[in-house]
Amino acid sequence: MSEKTIVRPYGDTTGDGMVQVSFTLPVPYGKRAEGAAAQLAHKMGLDPAMVVHAKSMGPDFTFFVVYGQVSHLVDLTAVEVVERDYPLLSPKDVNLAVRKGLRRRMVVVGGCIGTDAHTVGIDAILNIKGFAGEKGLEYYRELRVVNLGAQVSVPQLVARAQEERADAVLVSQVVTQREAHILNAKEMSAAFREAYPSDRRPVLVLGGPRFHESMADGLGVDRVFARGTTPAEVASFLVDTIVGPGRARRIDRAAQPQESA
Amino acid sequence: MTAPTRGRGPRHPVARSRQKLDLDPATVRRARSLARQAGRPIVRLAKQHTTVSVERATLRLAGLQGADPDGIPWVNRLLDAVRGDVGLENGVSLPVWDALVRGDAGDLSTLAQKAATGSVRFRVPEGRDLVRARAAARRAVGGGLKQVDGRRRERERLIRRWGDAPRKPWIYLIVATGDIYEDIPQAQNAAREGADIIAVIRSTGQSLLDYVPEGATREGFAGTYATQENFRLMRAALDETSAELGRYVRLTNYASGLCMPEIAALAGLQRLDMMLNDSMYGILFRDINPVRTFVDQRFSRQVHARAGIIINTGEDNYLTTADAVEAAHTVTVSQLLNEFFATEAGLEDWQIGLGHAFEIDPAVPESFRMELAHALLARQLFPKAPLKWMPPTRHMTGDVFRGYLLDGFFNLAGVMSSQDILLVGMMTEAVVTPWLSDRDLALQNVRYVVDAAGRLHEDFHPAPDGFIAQRARQVLAEAIDLLEDILSHKGGSRSGNGLLEAIADGTFGLMRRPADGGRGLDGVARKAADYYNPAAELLDGPDPRKGARR
Repeated sequence: MSEKTIVRPYGDTTGDGMVQVSFTLPVPYGKRAEGAAAQLAHKMGLDPAMVVHAKSMGPDFTFFVVYGQVSHLVDLTAVEVVERDYPLLSPKDVNLAVRKGLRRRMVVVGGCIGTDAHTVGIDAILNIKGFAGEKGLEYYRELRVVNLGAQVSVPQLVARAQEERADAVLVSQVVTQREAHILNAKEMSAAFREAYPSDRRPVLVLGGPRFHESMADGLGVDRVFARGTTPAEVASFLVDTIVGPGRARRIDRAAQPQESA
Repeated sequence: MTAPTRGRGPRHPVARSRQKLDLDPATVRRARSLARQAGRPIVRLAKQHTTVSVERATLRLAGLQGADPDGIPWVNRLLDAVRGDVGLENGVSLPVWDALVRGDAGDLSTLAQKAATGSVRFRVPEGRDLVRARAAARRAVGGGLKQVDGRRRERERLIRRWGDAPRKPWIYLIVATGDIYEDIPQAQNAAREGADIIAVIRSTGQSLLDYVPEGATREGFAGTYATQENFRLMRAALDETSAELGRYVRLTNYASGLCMPEIAALAGLQRLDMMLNDSMYGILFRDINPVRTFVDQRFSRQVHARAGIIINTGEDNYLTTADAVEAAHTVTVSQLLNEFFATEAGLEDWQIGLGHAFEIDPAVPESFRMELAHALLARQLFPKAPLKWMPPTRHMTGDVFRGYLLDGFFNLAGVMSSQDILLVGMMTEAVVTPWLSDRDLALQNVRYVVDAAGRLHEDFHPAPDGFIAQRARQVLAEAIDLLEDILSHKGGSRSGNGLLEAIADGTFGLMRRPADGGRGLDGVARKAADYYNPAAELLDGPDPRKGARR
């Protein structure tokens, strides 16, 4: 079968372009509401559009199901995919990889540094309760998690990381003023660089809603996770970086001269 | 003082047949007896200790409210000052009311402010001073409990006036915007759409705060902070809607985490109707110190008992971390332990809303029959408890169509096993916070099942040796094995406490939680010989109607 590069949605016939959508409009149920739904469907590119279901949701809203044909074409050659540079693993696979790769439990130390008392982020990643239906890192049998909680000073964090022989250090910054999260992060990464030889330093991971993924190098850490990150993503990253293919990349980077932060 | 309203809570029709499974009564008795044996040492431990939160709850019952300009509650400031001077082991009450009797301040809040600036020195009174301080403390805290009693009578009056939920199961819906002023219209709408119970989800992480935030709050993370003012605002709004709808709409919040005794007290004072309150959740899922949790648990349950509040336990959480088939018996064990702890704390059967959940992987063959077996087992073991039936979350994939079907089966299992409280499942679970249409569709799903099959349980009698009955017996047998395993942890152990040792060894939810680890341990103190707490005394008082049970 030849590779198609232009496709359309498929209802029951190739190229029929059929789609189904549902939505709610803040319009009381009635003829006018149905007309409003048809208008929206047309503007969305459904032509013809069939409002097959309309139901009042309380006195002020109406819910619709609409079927219709779209004329849009999908060009598969123009599809861009941003690939995660590490594979997303299930807890089972994470445990297996750690067991095989490290032959001991991976030690993860985490906390909120500076004056930030908001452990929401670090707890969502570390506590067994987890986040978005995913269990936190405590749930992973092969990870030993040390959650230091809130308001941990950088020296405390470094000392505890050394004491626990941490493979990775997770730092969260949620509430911040005047770029304190940036300064705290740089102070933290500098302290770890000072305390460890470059090839022995634990993997440094930073998280919080005010960070962007692209900030990792500037802050001197191995990875930044932004809002919406789930525990499985963090666990998968750690496995990749500590026992997986990411290890080589990291060692290469460590060998390069470090910019001073 | 007496608690005149005890025992006059809403009665549930227990007459409907709840004996669907041929369980051996001796086995059931054995399960309860093992749970009692496992729980007793914990109760002893709880009675020997106090916590910062129990003491702060006592101050709250005595009427201390508000916070300093940094937002630190006065109960925290006062407690910290007392603790700094005389320690925690005597309780906060004697030093505080001794200072008031001596005239260091005219009232509690002035005393707290003075204590915060260091201008009051506390001592543990002796002799006549002790007698005077004790009487004053008892009067003040007794006043708070009278308020709680008044709230309970008010609830009963309002249910008589407006009517109760029209049917079982009660329909339980969640709101969670983070902003109490957004929550209110959403909750009122949900009630108009058919919810009998509104739960306001708490902000993530509140369970780990060692203080209760103050005032109306408009910012939260995936939920709204539990504060006294938020409780008051929401209850008032739901009263308005209850009057409009002609049925009393219940309000639920969370008495869990480091401040559970205080939140229980606030719930009693603001007439909340149900509270999430699990005996081990904080230990296992929040890494809160086990001793702290059990001490706080007992006090908070005593307050709930007094306030006529229905507790909801959190067994569903076990199934979100472990496989719902393999771990089915851990739910039963937890229910038995929760029942023991609840009963010991004075809660009556109608107040013990034990939890369980529909979380078996739908790809497993016979999953629905197993769900029914588990649900019927809970129903039959706890015939008078208002069981809370929790919808699928783990196997909701984002395929909303499949999710809608799964929720339909969840609802069907719920009505076939006569569940009392049905947390409405959303097809967009794990996708978005529920949209207006999601909630409406979810309620249509519930209504269809309840109208179409609501009395199917009358015709439904699983074959005595069929798959369902056998599965139920198997789960009960595994629960008994696990309880025996817990009790056997006693041998040669450090604490001589089987349940604590079992928790430390990771018997539950795969989490190892040693008795000397976890958060909040520094807020625990062993009571001194002259420890006094008027709340504990008033709540612990012998209840004439207790005694012979089962």
